[in-house]
Amino acid sequence: MTDLAVEPDPAGRGVTSTASRGTRILGAATIVSMAVLLLYAFGITSPDAQLGESIRIMYVHVPTISLTYLLMVLNAACGVFYLRRRSEFADLLGHAAGELAVLFLGFSIVSGALWGRITWGAYWVWDARLTTTAVLFLLYVGYLAVRAVQAEPQVRGTRSAIVGIAAALLIPIVHKSVDWWSSLHQQRTLFGTLDPEIGGTQLFTLLFSFVAFGFLAAWLLVHRFRVAWLAERMAERELEFAIAERRSEAQS
Amino acid sequence: MSSSVRGIGGEALLIAGKDLRLEARSRVAANHVLPFVLAVVLLFGFALDPDSGILRRATPGLFWVTVLFAAVLLVQRNFAIERQNGVSDALRLSGLRPAGIFLGKVLSLVVQLLVVELLMAGCAVVFYDVRLRGPLLLLATTATATLAIASAGAVYGPLASGLQVRDTALPLLLVPVLAPVLLCATRAFQIALGEIAGGGWPWAGMLGIVAALYLTLGVVVWGPLMEET
Amino acid sequence: MEPVVHFRSAVALLGRFPALTGVNLDVGAGEIVLVTGPNGAGKTTLLRCCAGLLRVTAGTARVLGVDLVADRVAVRPMVGLLGHDSGLYDELSVIDNLRFWARAVGAPTDDIDAVMDRVGVASRLADVAVSRLSTGQRRRAGLAALVIRRPSLWLLDEPHAGLDQRARDELDALARSAARQGATVLFSSHELDRAEALATRSVHLVGGAVVCAESHAEQVS
Repeated sequence: MTDLAVEPDPAGRGVTSTASRGTRILGAATIVSMAVLLLYAFGITSPDAQLGESIRIMYVHVPTISLTYLLMVLNAACGVFYLRRRSEFADLLGHAAGELAVLFLGFSIVSGALWGRITWGAYWVWDARLTTTAVLFLLYVGYLAVRAVQAEPQVRGTRSAIVGIAAALLIPIVHKSVDWWSSLHQQRTLFGTLDPEIGGTQLFTLLFSFVAFGFLAAWLLVHRFRVAWLAERMAERELEFAIAERRSEAQS
Repeated sequence: MSSSVRGIGGEALLIAGKDLRLEARSRVAANHVLPFVLAVVLLFGFALDPDSGILRRATPGLFWVTVLFAAVLLVQRNFAIERQNGVSDALRLSGLRPAGIFLGKVLSLVVQLLVVELLMAGCAVVFYDVRLRGPLLLLATTATATLAIASAGAVYGPLASGLQVRDTALPLLLVPVLAPVLLCATRAFQIALGEIAGGGWPWAGMLGIVAALYLTLGVVVWGPLMEET
Repeated sequence: MEPVVHFRSAVALLGRFPALTGVNLDVGAGEIVLVTGPNGAGKTTLLRCCAGLLRVTAGTARVLGVDLVADRVAVRPMVGLLGHDSGLYDELSVIDNLRFWARAVGAPTDDIDAVMDRVGVASRLADVAVSRLSTGQRRRAGLAALVIRRPSLWLLDEPHAGLDQRARDELDALARSAARQGATVLFSSHELDRAEALATRSVHLVGGAVVCAESHAEQVS
């Protein structure tokens, strides 16, 4: 079940890295595709007729926000699986997904704010998308805060699974209510109204950005999972020592 | 045990009755939270110019922000009493069903929140010169929003009270969760009071959905929550 | 007949700390067993495991026919635990507390007065908030909540602590009468002289394991 987990070093030096053949290939793919994306985003594609140069921000913003939602769903799915089966794998994968979701959401908020500065002259407007992401960001910061509190693995897993599931259930509600709320302002939405007539290389670049950031997410996810997995093994080893110590206390 | 004879509703009433009796005796909520609400009402008056009518226009938002802050305090208090003297062990040993305890907690929070909201409404009329209109929408919004706040509080309250950092954890967890509730309830109040035009009922409906979501979630997760935190 | 408590190599964790490292213990119906041991030996953990509050993570553990490893919740309605805390709400009166807990466990509420009398809680204290009781009275009130449950297994963690001579005698009498009626009593204590007078048998815990067991059968005439 832990095919994502690290293999011990064959030379018997214990684990020295969270990398494996699979992640090295994934890492290489990430770097190459990021380089290609940069080349397309800044070199090959032309500025948009209406948006000008700022369209290039889309090549970061759109894939990161999409992957954020994917990671949040993965996090909640892991939470459900954890509550049913108490599987450590699901617990740790959910943690990795939650942490990455916050990271990617951070990317998309910053890129969205930069786009807003260029387009509307202000970093923050009370636009539906921006407001939604801000609320979601706080929800998942709460998840990480619960996650960070020291506790028995079972306890920590249960708490964070519940917080993660609740947060994911709130996503559509936050979306809908913020949409309604801001529609009363008659305000422009960030990417909703824009829908530029993209095609050709711009469309290709946008689609390719999903591939590049997808590789990045998968790569980081595996490594983050493995770090968490190793931390659990460390804690287990400490527990074995503690049991042995206490048993010797009983026998003396 | 007879908990299978008595329904979930009976268990909920038992828990809520205990909570309310305890609050009636100790008066912590009444002595601390209600004056806090009054203080916030006055602070808003100082912060926003009372003469220009800003205060009256902002009342729907101020109302729900205040209720939200009071809710954080009430939830914190409500679950602090379950962590004294090992009563959480006694509750687990009692054979009461987690869902029954959860619904009892929701009920006791609803009653306490309604008291806060009643006080706040009185203050809005007296201090902010608000004329209450659209009573049906106001009542429906209050009912659904209160249920949503109470049920979310009864999910996150025990969760945060199990953390060593509980005093600071609850606001962080609860406030973002209640952001959509604040937003919907404020809009519905604005519409009911005639501050803005539009249909108010979808907002109340959304609040009902949030309440249903958290009630369901609480019924499902309270078992693991009681055991593992 | 199956023993009331049956532990084999039972392991239990408090967080990441192994509180029980392999407990072997058998307690039969009607026995009054004393658990001794230094601080941190695992006495409280053992009692809490028996109550189904803590998870037994490895080994065998059966209490009153319930497998604690598989389903520890099922044992809870049948046991009564009096720990260091009273298990009562500070801000409620004694009588309100007892009524609430009686209703919670589905016990009748009409014999609460009789129970208060038996455990020695003066009836004039019935309407006093638990927070205003003395330590001894508070423990008696906690004991009343246990008696109301009519448990088959009494789990008493340091029951003599904070009680004066008369209260201890009354407690011992209560435990003995419960044992005569078929209940089993498992209790921990530091004060061995007092405790051994009550116990029919004692087990000594060190480092989360039973290191010796001793019978006081000769004392129970």
